[in-house]
Formats: sequence, structure tokens, C-alpha cells
Amino acid sequence: MEIEENFLYTKEHEWVSIEDNIATMGISDYAQEALGDVTYVELPDEETEVEQFEQFVSVESVKAASDIYAPMAGKVIEVNRKLEENPGLVNKDCYGKGWIAKIDVRDMDESTNLMSAEEYRSFLESLEH
Amino acid sequence: MTVETSLHNTPLADVHLSLGAKMVGFGGWNMPLQYESILAEWEHNRKTASLFDCSHMGEFMVKGDPLACGLDRIVTQPIVDMPVNTCRYGAMLNEEGGVIDDLIVYRRGPQDWMIVVNAANIEKDARHIQAHLNSKAHFEDASFKTAKLDLQGPQSREVLKALVPGIEKLSYYTFDQFEINGASCLVSRTGYTGELGYEIYCPWEKCKEIWQNILDNATVKPTGLGVRDVLRVEMCYSLYGHELDESISPLEAGLDKFIDDKKDFIGAKAMAARPGGCGIGYFESRSRKSPRAGNKIFDAAGKEIGVVTSGTFSPALQVGIGIGFVGRPNKDVGVEVFFGDEKNKAAASITKRPFYKNGSLKS
Repeated sequence: MEIEENFLYTKEHEWVSIEDNIATMGISDYAQEALGDVTYVELPDEETEVEQFEQFVSVESVKAASDIYAPMAGKVIEVNRKLEENPGLVNKDCYGKGWIAKIDVRDMDESTNLMSAEEYRSFLESLEH
Repeated sequence: MTVETSLHNTPLADVHLSLGAKMVGFGGWNMPLQYESILAEWEHNRKTASLFDCSHMGEFMVKGDPLACGLDRIVTQPIVDMPVNTCRYGAMLNEEGGVIDDLIVYRRGPQDWMIVVNAANIEKDARHIQAHLNSKAHFEDASFKTAKLDLQGPQSREVLKALVPGIEKLSYYTFDQFEINGASCLVSRTGYTGELGYEIYCPWEKCKEIWQNILDNATVKPTGLGVRDVLRVEMCYSLYGHELDESISPLEAGLDKFIDDKKDFIGAKAMAARPGGCGIGYFESRSRKSPRAGNKIFDAAGKEIGVVTSGTFSPALQVGIGIGFVGRPNKDVGVEVFFGDEKNKAAASITKRPFYKNGSLKS
């Protein structure tokens, strides 16, 4: 189960990497493995305003659809259009080429509501029991 | 992964776990959902050969003259004229013309029959059949003695004939007895995937050995119920509990080909008297977004016209596909429909069955 050390994580298995007030997000290795082959990603419109932990993306696998939640509040400024033709990038490279959206962060303080890589690792271990 | 003790296990439950399968409860049985990626398993079935554990299904042995013992009245398909070693798909209906179960009848001899039914309905079906057979019939529920392995895919004939010489002579919907690993097994050229394939009915205690024997051929991969469902939706095959149930008649579900309209069977008059006719539609999403069972279906004007009974992403078509009762005229090819809910609708159009047209089934 891979975890990027420099990212922050949510309880719903989204990751976020924040640089210059822009939060790039996707889903973790645990999430992509649980979902199975991703067949479709319903991306939000650019300019959409989201609250922290609000559902804003839907990821579908062959047999089911899953809600994805914004790790930080703000405005969606870019979505990964490559996922339209190649949704499998979410499985193959969930922390890199499989990124889903970039958010212009409204309130950096909200990052305290997220888990560090180490906290996420412990969280995953607690799920196994 | 803990095994739920309230579910039945097939002879292969521990084998599936050792192969890394995700297990799931299905019809009262502990079954493998998938072993690796669903897309990889799908591709292997459509291009090569896949092995499914279908031992959860029910098998009833009936002996008797079909007319005299009551069997002919129980099923919708004609059986009196069936040659020995052939089988036919059909259904059993209730007094209102609704489907109790869909099934296949195998004629093993002039008065020797096997009826194969869905796992979830074994008890209900056994009760119904026994209630309508008379004293001239002998009935045995062999479900827990009979295991079933489905070998399906364009390479399945080459794989199986190396183990079981003679199966290559089987034509579509025929069967025979063959010896496999020292046991007498019924092998039929039937299946639920749309590819060339065989169903192997073997004694329960021989199942593990035969499964391993087939998997020793590296061409074959074990495949789960997850992919089985994708394959059958691509072929527009009905699944009991989705396209068929006690409230749906076979005519409404588009199974008119499997009904003998010249014979009187239980539910025949009630079925014919129901208004509406065939209301089932098959639709292709205009995008990769897939319909799911339970989604509402709307017409182009936004009016709710039905519910999705089965839906999935189609790896063959690379779009979502779905089945639902949309009624006439909405079921006509080319009609625009939408699936989802009031707030979120995705576009689709009604298409001709099956979705997948390149199957090796009749090869």
C-alpha cells in the first residue's frame, strides 16, 4: 500500500499536495485498489466553488460509482482532462499522472483537518482490524 | 477476509481464497467476485479461455414421461419433442404468469431429465416442481451433489478436447456424458458469456481435482462472478432478480422465443392475458458513464419511463450499457433516453441486442 510522504490525506482516501496556494488532489493507492479498474471520472466544471469535504467528483469502476470529496475549500481551477480518454491513469499512477483536480485554496488553515502521511498510515492500519 | 458461516460453500471455497479472490455472498453462497482486475478477466474470457466456479447453481433430476408425469406443464419451453442429448432454455411461471425462475432442461434419455436453476431459487423451485409432478414422476434434488465448472472463451474447445477427447463434436445446446478424472461428467455446449464454451457438471467431491486439471493448462485463468455479470449484460442475457422475477412475465422480458405457444403450461393463460407486451429496452450510454441497477430512466421530454434492471461499463464498447423496462414505444431502436435521477441525467440511446456482436458462441 503506497503512500506519498509529502502529501496530506483525508479519511475518504483523497490525497492533496499544496503549493503556492494551489491544491492538487487525487485518490490514494488504497482507494484505487479498492475501487478496481476505473472506467469513468465525472470531473467538475472549472470555476466550481467547493467546501472542504464536499462531494465534487464521481469516479466509476466497472460495477460501481464512488463519491470523491474536496480535501480543501476553494475554486476548482483545473481538471485533468487526460482522465476523459484514459481513466485508468487513476489506477496506474494515482499520485502522479492520475491527479484529478486543482483547487485555488480559500483558507490554508483548513489543512489542519487533514492527516499527514504517517497519520494516514496509522489510519489505514486501523481499518484492517 | 472471513468466510460468513451462514453462506454455503462450494467445493472450491478455500481454493478461491488461495488464488487471492475477493469473496462475496451471492444467492446464499460464498462465491469469488474477482481474482485480479475485472477488465483483465473480461479480456481473457473474450480472447482466450476462462474457468468459472458455478457449483452454487441448482440441479434437479426428474424421471418420467414428460406428458404423463406432469413435467411438460411445468416449463414454458417445448420438451416432448427434444432429442436425447439436447437442452433448451425456458422458464417456470406462477399462476399470474410471472417468472418463478428461468432454467435449462436437459434431456438425458427418453424419460430422464435434468433441470438447472438459479442458486437463489433452489428451495423455491424444488417445492414448485414437486408440487406439480404427479406420482408417475421421480424427483431428486441433486444440487448439493453436483458441482459445475464453466469453461468459456474462443480457446475453450482446444483446451477441453485435450483433456476430454470427443467434446469437440458437441454442437451448440447439446451435451453428452464424458469421463473426466475418472468420474462420469455431463458436459454441455452452453454458457452465459456469448463465447464458445462448455458447462461441466461433475460429482461434488471430484470438483477440486477437475478444476485443478483444467487450470494446469496455462491458457486458462480463473474468473469471477463480477466479470460473469459484465459478459452477460453485454449479451443482453436476463438475470433472475433483475430482468426476471415473480412480477414479470417472460413476454414482457422479451423471452417469447422460449415459450411454446401451442402447449398449456402453468401460467400460460394468465401470461397471455397480461396487457403491455414486451417492454424491455437495451440502451448504450453516449459516454463512459454507466447506468446502474436502480437508476431511473427518462424519455427525451424528461418524463420518468422506467428503472434500470442491469447496468455496467462495457469493456467491448468502451461506453456504459444498460437494460430496463421502458415500455413501448420507448424500447424502439434509436430512441433517446436518459438514466440517473432528476438532478443528474446522462444521455443514452436504445440499441439492438446484443451489445456485443463479436462473440465466438456459435464457432
